[in-house]
Amino acid sequence: MVVSPVSGPVVVRVDHVTKKFTVRKDNSLKERIVHAGRRGRAHKQEYTAVDGVDLEIHAGTTVGLLGPNGSGKSTLLKLIGGIVSPTSGSVLTRGRMAALLELGAGFHPDLSGRENVFLNASIMGMTPAETTARFDEILEFSGIGDFIDTQVKFYSSGMFVRLAFAVAVHTDPDVLLVDEVLAVGDEAFQRKCMERIQRFRSEGRTIVLVSHSASQVQELCDRGIVLKDGAVVFDGDVNDAVSALRDVLEGRRVGDTAAHDSGKPIEITRIEVLDAGGTARDVVPAGSPMRVRIHVQAKQAQPTWDMGFSIDTPTGQMVLASNTERLEVALPALAAGESSIDFTIESANFGPGQYFVNANVWPGVPEQTHVMWQGTRFTMEHDDTSIGTVAASISVA
Amino acid sequence: MDTTDRFARIAETPFTTSNARGLKFPGRGGKVREVFDRRDLLGLLVRRDLQARYRDSVLGFLWTLIRPLVQFLMYYLVLGQFLRAAEGIPQFAIFLFAGLTIYSFFAEMVQGSTTSILSNAGLVKKIYLPREIFPLASVGAAGFMFLVQVLVLLGGAIVFQALPAPVEMLWFFPSVALILVYGLALGILLSALNVYLRDVQYVTDVVIMLAMWLSPIVYAWTMVSDAFQTLGLPAWAIEVYTDNPITLAVLGFRKAFWGAGTDADYPDNLLLRIVIAGIIGVILLVISHRVFTRLQGNFAQEM
Repeated sequence: MVVSPVSGPVVVRVDHVTKKFTVRKDNSLKERIVHAGRRGRAHKQEYTAVDGVDLEIHAGTTVGLLGPNGSGKSTLLKLIGGIVSPTSGSVLTRGRMAALLELGAGFHPDLSGRENVFLNASIMGMTPAETTARFDEILEFSGIGDFIDTQVKFYSSGMFVRLAFAVAVHTDPDVLLVDEVLAVGDEAFQRKCMERIQRFRSEGRTIVLVSHSASQVQELCDRGIVLKDGAVVFDGDVNDAVSALRDVLEGRRVGDTAAHDSGKPIEITRIEVLDAGGTARDVVPAGSPMRVRIHVQAKQAQPTWDMGFSIDTPTGQMVLASNTERLEVALPALAAGESSIDFTIESANFGPGQYFVNANVWPGVPEQTHVMWQGTRFTMEHDDTSIGTVAASISVA
Repeated sequence: MDTTDRFARIAETPFTTSNARGLKFPGRGGKVREVFDRRDLLGLLVRRDLQARYRDSVLGFLWTLIRPLVQFLMYYLVLGQFLRAAEGIPQFAIFLFAGLTIYSFFAEMVQGSTTSILSNAGLVKKIYLPREIFPLASVGAAGFMFLVQVLVLLGGAIVFQALPAPVEMLWFFPSVALILVYGLALGILLSALNVYLRDVQYVTDVVIMLAMWLSPIVYAWTMVSDAFQTLGLPAWAIEVYTDNPITLAVLGFRKAFWGAGTDADYPDNLLLRIVIAGIIGVILLVISHRVFTRLQGNFAQEM
């Protein structure tokens, strides 16, 4: 991605920041009294969400915060936004800051769209006069039309998000904090958000983005920061950050269930993604043939057995699944010990992004099924000619 | 705006610091100035509270008046007529309504503020705002309802020709200022405590209900001083009762609208008492804001 030619002044400085939370399991007076004293300590738990983080963000950069769930990236964003105060250390910020609220969190259902626009804009620091001046622009961007004077509770969720986003991007922020909100709305709307963020970048605004989607971060950001257990494990070029994130996730997520013995007669030990030539691949170009190789271990020989696989998006949506029953293929008798089976997909046409591969195996009786979730991961690559959940080559006549 | 202009402007902006003691803007004035800078938002939040309250109800805004009027009628009939509290109190209707008006202002300030942070959880968790703005908006909404009731009270007092001399009506200001200071101090403190301990809002409801009987609202101050004498209580007992800031505010407010009272109906040095209670109230307000600032750092996590 293009790095801004001018390196701007520092807008955010995070200085040895640590944030600890006390988690209480009792939230009422009665429970507090009952658990007072020594037993009370058992109902308190302290954990460190952000642990001694140092950062500097320069104006005009787009920074992606990456990390697995619970790594502290959302807490760090909240610390930058002043929503929570650090336990120790300090956060220094300057310039006008706006946060993309989750699904219009500042909206009141009983007020009309128009009233909510003024309220929400004011929450983000605009004066009523500024809002009035930009109202037509906001209305046009949202595409709400005549519904603007209807109470917001009658809006569809799509209209709700569009209006919330329209307000947020018209508040002229110097620093924009974005927390996962780009994951909502349809693809067209997501594109609109992306274009807006690209425009913000070209206008020298600073964006700090929290996302689970590595591809989104790669597309938008010029700097990536990877967090693990509250500490920064990588800070630098976004492409290197994404591979650092993979390493972190690899240790945590992929093959999570591989280690322990399930007690099933046949177990899956490993899943691989290969190209047509039989070489293991992390990245598969759309439209090319791919093979899913599933390694199994049998405790004893099995005369009949079946096997299946499925491919999911990171959000858990299944994009493709099949098994030997559906394919009406009888697998050859399985000998005790290790062996493997390949499923070949002639032409994999998934939309660009990350996918996880799951597999299951069962010896005649489905009760004995062994499943390996997220046994491996691959990235589907596609040219920029189309977007969406499937890839295809399109021509115009 | 051009990138270089933006950078130049940012480079000259001082930093806002957020540390264990909360968030601090550069420059003087602290939170008061910060809230003052967001007064447009405060106004919108008050309007939102009021607009949303009676949306979709047929009578709408009339409910602001129906509730206190029904409450007033209940006390007027049951206490005033059936239990004969009205005997010996001229213009009992105005006497009673004045007391109820200022007390319900206090009650609404405290009850509204107590739940204000929690009911704005969506905002508190997602964006930085000076959080004081939420209890303040509740106080603002309560203040609006109060002003509507004051207009009704004024109308009633004119109709019944109960108003005192115009100069006496200046008592309105010290008494309202006093109740405002205490309402704010309690509201800000309780709004923060309620985030951590949800029982606070229920305890508040009960205490507010009880506290009404601790002040001469539906009965006269003289009845209490007489009763204390009959019971042979020491002199400081009536002083303690009288110097309750709510009692002082009720007495002062009544002086402004209820012309039938004589000097015997009020304790000595009422203004001095109000001023002293006011000074203590301001100190309490500062302390309660300190506590609020300490507690607010974890609001987003506790909701």
